[in-house]
Amino acid sequence: MRLELTEDEETVREVFAGFFAQESSIEVVRASEPVGFDLGLWTKLAQTGAPGMAVSEAAGGGGATLADLAVVATEAGRRLAPVPLVEHAVATRLVAAAAPADSSLGSLIAGDQVGILALAPAVDGVARLVPGGSAANVVVGLDGDDLVIVAGEPPAGPANTGHAALADRDLRAEGRRVIGGASHYARARAEWQALTASALVGLGHQALDIGVEYVMQRQQFDVPVGSFQAVQHGLATASVDMEGAEYLAHKAVWALASGHADADNMASMAFLFAAESAQAAAAASLQYHGGYGYSDEYDIQLYFRRAKSMTLVHGDPGLEIRSLADRLLGPVGTGASA
Amino acid sequence: MDFSYPPRAEDFRTEVRQFLAEHVTPAVLEEQHSGTVHSWELHQKMAAKGWLNGAVPEELGGGGRDALEMSVLIEELQLFRAPIDAMGVVIALASIILELGNDFLKDEVVPKLLRGESLGSFGYSEPESGSDVAAAQTKAVRDGDEWVINGTKMWTTMAHEADYVILLTRTNADVPKHKGLTFFIVPFDTPGIEIQPVWTMGYERSNATFYDDVRLDDKWRLGDVDGGWAVMKTALKFERGIAGGQFFSAPLIEDTIAHARRHRRPDGSLLIDDPVVRERLVRAMIDLEVCRVFAQRVAYGAAVGAPFGVEGSMTKLFASETFKKHSNWFIDILGVEGLLRHGEPDAPMGGFIEESFRHAPVTTIYGGTSEINRNMVAEGHLGLPRAR
Ligand SMILES: Cc1cc2nc3c(=O)[nH]c(=O)nc-3n(C[C@H](O)[C@H](O)[C@H](O)COP(=O)(O)OP(=O)(O)OC[C@H]3O[C@@H](n4cnc5c(N)ncnc54)[C@H](O)[C@@H]3O)c2cc1C
Repeated sequence: MRLELTEDEETVREVFAGFFAQESSIEVVRASEPVGFDLGLWTKLAQTGAPGMAVSEAAGGGGATLADLAVVATEAGRRLAPVPLVEHAVATRLVAAAAPADSSLGSLIAGDQVGILALAPAVDGVARLVPGGSAANVVVGLDGDDLVIVAGEPPAGPANTGHAALADRDLRAEGRRVIGGASHYARARAEWQALTASALVGLGHQALDIGVEYVMQRQQFDVPVGSFQAVQHGLATASVDMEGAEYLAHKAVWALASGHADADNMASMAFLFAAESAQAAAAASLQYHGGYGYSDEYDIQLYFRRAKSMTLVHGDPGLEIRSLADRLLGPVGTGASA
Repeated sequence: MDFSYPPRAEDFRTEVRQFLAEHVTPAVLEEQHSGTVHSWELHQKMAAKGWLNGAVPEELGGGGRDALEMSVLIEELQLFRAPIDAMGVVIALASIILELGNDFLKDEVVPKLLRGESLGSFGYSEPESGSDVAAAQTKAVRDGDEWVINGTKMWTTMAHEADYVILLTRTNADVPKHKGLTFFIVPFDTPGIEIQPVWTMGYERSNATFYDDVRLDDKWRLGDVDGGWAVMKTALKFERGIAGGQFFSAPLIEDTIAHARRHRRPDGSLLIDDPVVRERLVRAMIDLEVCRVFAQRVAYGAAVGAPFGVEGSMTKLFASETFKKHSNWFIDILGVEGLLRHGEPDAPMGGFIEESFRHAPVTTIYGGTSEINRNMVAEGHLGLPRAR
């Protein structure tokens, strides 16, 4: 048992905390709106090696662990980085595992091309509103029973609530290759859930930090509003949930990396809990900004919107709860026998 | 991070499970319906195993089960629904005395506690002071080598079964309230003590205890005169370290699932197939996983000797608040039958869920209310100023 970051992970954390603070400044984040992708940031991120870091060295990647990647995702989430890092990293690991000889792998690892995972299976060959879809040249997704990879210029995406860079992608486009099946896809989705939970953890913590800073400086009734207990308790409750979310996300990553039998469920739980907690943290922080929280000028509204979009790109969380129920309780109609 | 337990702790878990499967019998479970969340039979068997002693840190003369093993023991006891309120007090009290007590107290009291012969109780709260525990008014006045104690304590749980109370008294009224407190270990057979039951809406009984010219030799004093606040901090450290409550929801979820697999809605559909029921169960199972990582983190912190921070407050706050929420959801799922109490033949799951519903509200009150814990998180974790 070890419930702290390793020294290596701590180093990774420091490096990427610095990187995103510098390169994904709030100006960069704002400039990427309303679509949610910054190619300049992506190019710099590629230079750090992050896009392919968690692919084995044998396959040409950086040989970092899933836990290292989770640490980077947290720092990206903290700065609302307008790049589909988690989607790319998961898609790249998927290609490396399912089709190590695929021609796209090298450029995905290098980050020369943005790759993404379509989080829902295609309908009539089209993956709807894929996160990162308006940024990616390479899309991996499930079409029927086939895991396919397609390449192509990203279409312009629709304006959206926050930084999701959404676009429809045709999984039957010319040159598509079948690289695996549903089990590869399930694993990649679980990794996406655990890593997105990690990103939401960074987002939620930062939303609270912003809130705490604000309530200490804003004075009403001649005292900082942060000295009012109603404000304190709202922030305290949210911070306890974020703390729980953080450790559950770590546990999901550990479970996936160590081949724990329950890893998929753990990832799903971590995602759902982090999503709700980060949304609640951003909402509480926004509330304690008063009217300014609602204004474009203050940053907390970006966190509020991004927390929702990071969740909803996966679909209605109710569907994930339903799927988890089927796994934990048995499908509907089998209850009496289970 | 690595969430796996070391082999020593896993082996211990196996041993504990076997023991509990054998000894947490229906009769033992039934005992707590007396209102006393304690079973002498189970308590003494655990003492015989060396597990009460085991919980006391090695450097304090205990059996030196490490913090992870203890957390495994506390977890399994809760999963088995064992009545352990008294056990928690015994372990905490023995640890406090071993850390701060004089030789007399160590020799006289600790062995009886750890052999499972005597129980202890906490005498902090009073009719007029609870959250503001340092406002205690029970007076201790020096008289030669003796002290004379007068006052009333409220909520002295287990007093009616216990031999001792760790009593918070005021020895100086002329200084700021935290600076005039002194602790004593008081044997309940000392003349002048009266114990009256306080019944609750949950299943547990507590007590009001009255101290009328209780004379006590100075050797029963714990810590320095007017140094009670330091003792209080140690006491809370051990209480938070050992107290259960992280896994209250586990048996509740288990029972609700078992019930839902067998019972139908009026329209004939199984409860377990109802989407509303399924969502609540899944949400509760996620909350329970969060309780689990919180509990593990507290245990890990203790195991690596990290200074005690606000993790205990966070864990207690999250676990008790979610337990209250779950008990409320799950009694609803039972419908009108959910109202039937333990002992009624038609009570679903033997009335356990109904009982949990009545018990849950106290978990966000005793041992530090949710509001007090939020204060501690706000100040200790977020760095906000003392609240107004
Ligand atoms: C069944 C049971 C068993 C118990 N067992 C024991 C025992 O064995 N030994 C013992 O010593 N005590 C025991 N207690 C007492 C318990 O610790 C107290 O009830 C608890 O600390 C709260 O104190 P109080 O009841 O006086 O409430 P109060 O302190 O009067 O609080 C009333 C309300 O005000 C809120 N409040 C108080 N201060 C603040 C603040 N600063 N900020 C915000 N809100 C605040 C509280 O959260 C609460 O909601 C027990 C209590 C119960 C119900």
